Amino acid sequence: MKLPKLPAPPLPNALQGRPERPGDDKRQGPVEQVKEAGISAVDWVDERTSLSGGLRWLMFRKVPKGTNWFYTLGSATMFAFLSQAVTGVFLAMYYRPDATGGAYESIRHLTNEVFLGEFVRGMHKWGSSVMVILVFLHMARTFFFGAYKYPRELNWVIGGVLLILTMVMSFTGYLLPFDQRSYWATIVGVNINGTGPLVGPYLSDFLRGGAEFGATTLSRFYAIHMLMIPGAIAALIGAHLYLVAKLGTTAPPWLKANGDDRLEQDRV
Amino acid sequence: MPDPRKTPKSKYTADRDIPGAFEGETVTRRRFMTLTVHGAGAAAAAAFTLPALGFAAGSAIFERPEAQWETVGAPEDFPTDTYIPKVISETSGVGQIGKTTVYMRARNDDIDPKPNPPTLHEGTTEDFVAISTRCMHLGCPVRYVEASARFICPCHGGVYDFTGAVSGGPPVRPLDRFYVRVQDGQVQVGPRYSVNSEFKRFPNYRDPGQALDGIGQYMYPGRFSTPKLD
Repeated sequence: MKLPKLPAPPLPNALQGRPERPGDDKRQGPVEQVKEAGISAVDWVDERTSLSGGLRWLMFRKVPKGTNWFYTLGSATMFAFLSQAVTGVFLAMYYRPDATGGAYESIRHLTNEVFLGEFVRGMHKWGSSVMVILVFLHMARTFFFGAYKYPRELNWVIGGVLLILTMVMSFTGYLLPFDQRSYWATIVGVNINGTGPLVGPYLSDFLRGGAEFGATTLSRFYAIHMLMIPGAIAALIGAHLYLVAKLGTTAPPWLKANGDDRLEQDRV
Repeated sequence: MPDPRKTPKSKYTADRDIPGAFEGETVTRRRFMTLTVHGAGAAAAAAFTLPALGFAAGSAIFERPEAQWETVGAPEDFPTDTYIPKVISETSGVGQIGKTTVYMRARNDDIDPKPNPPTLHEGTTEDFVAISTRCMHLGCPVRYVEASARFICPCHGGVYDFTGAVSGGPPVRPLDRFYVRVQDGQVQVGPRYSVNSEFKRFPNYRDPGQALDGIGQYMYPGRFSTPKLD
């Protein structure tokens, strides 16, 4: 049975400019040239990369009837991550992972004395909680809408890995202010990790950089927090988004499926 | 002539009409190049990944630090019926947080359990009890409360009796202890060791939360990173 080909996603009218005919030597004044500058720049890039096709594939997708605000939780989570990434990069400009007092002092300095420091640090600190909450809401949406089912199981798995990585970010980031709360929370967290049978004790040693919480523990947590995990999260978000675009989103479960007439005709 | 698709291919490239094939050659050059390039790529990736992993995990897991001994006072400083808090340095390079409190007293034969195993490391003594403040639930600092003669943890309500045995709450084993020795008339505190509920000594001390009774002693093996007495 050969299914009829569905029409390509529509190109919005604004983007449907007519190209000049070759050999049309209409003279262009500076005004026209300036007007065309943006379009020519985009055309120049597109001619060499064919990016517009991919962007159209990604952005002008068909979405099912009944798509609602719950479907924005994934993007909200991604923007929470982007906010964490940007504020985190700038916090790193002032932060010093020095266990003998420099870490706490640098946090005190950037919070109390640097212009907008308290705001940017607050964005990062509260934003981390926002991101965890959004991750769970997004996960709940996927679960209750049944959106994890075939063919989207792999995306559910990637999402699970992203959830774990988000938790690792929360755990490692909590130590960095290096105050009493950070220190004891990390002691407790590493010891919880150590209760895993057989490998737990060695994993704790790996996290701490030795049998005891020492000077390298802070640098380890800092490296994991700002170098290892963010890259992994960004890459997995890319894979997650690719699968969303590739597979499309699901209709909400309360919507009755309507057969496509054109597909219906060919059914034997 | 039989259908060529049905006959099994010869393993020799020369028999398969491949141009430039050598006598006795079984691997095509295309296949050889594919394997070589993939192998070279894998070797190059392993050449930086494996050392990096070893660098991150090696000294953290396998480096055994020297045992440190710190003088805490004269033998007559320590009574048998209460604890004297002493501060020792357990980790260097981290400022104040590298220090820890040790609750010390002299041994009281009426209440203290017999040393188990009875063989002592050379030079150490059982005449003094040095109890760690590290709660054996998840590692918060316990405090000795004179009025109730108990150690109490502020985090999750762990309670230990006068000997350090668990008398309530979530802790999984008695409080860790430290090896003690007397040198030049001074009491010195050394490395930490763990005990299970029968006060059997485990020289490679375990982290909090790791039970040492029954199957626990096999589930939580000793680590390579704890200081060792000779």
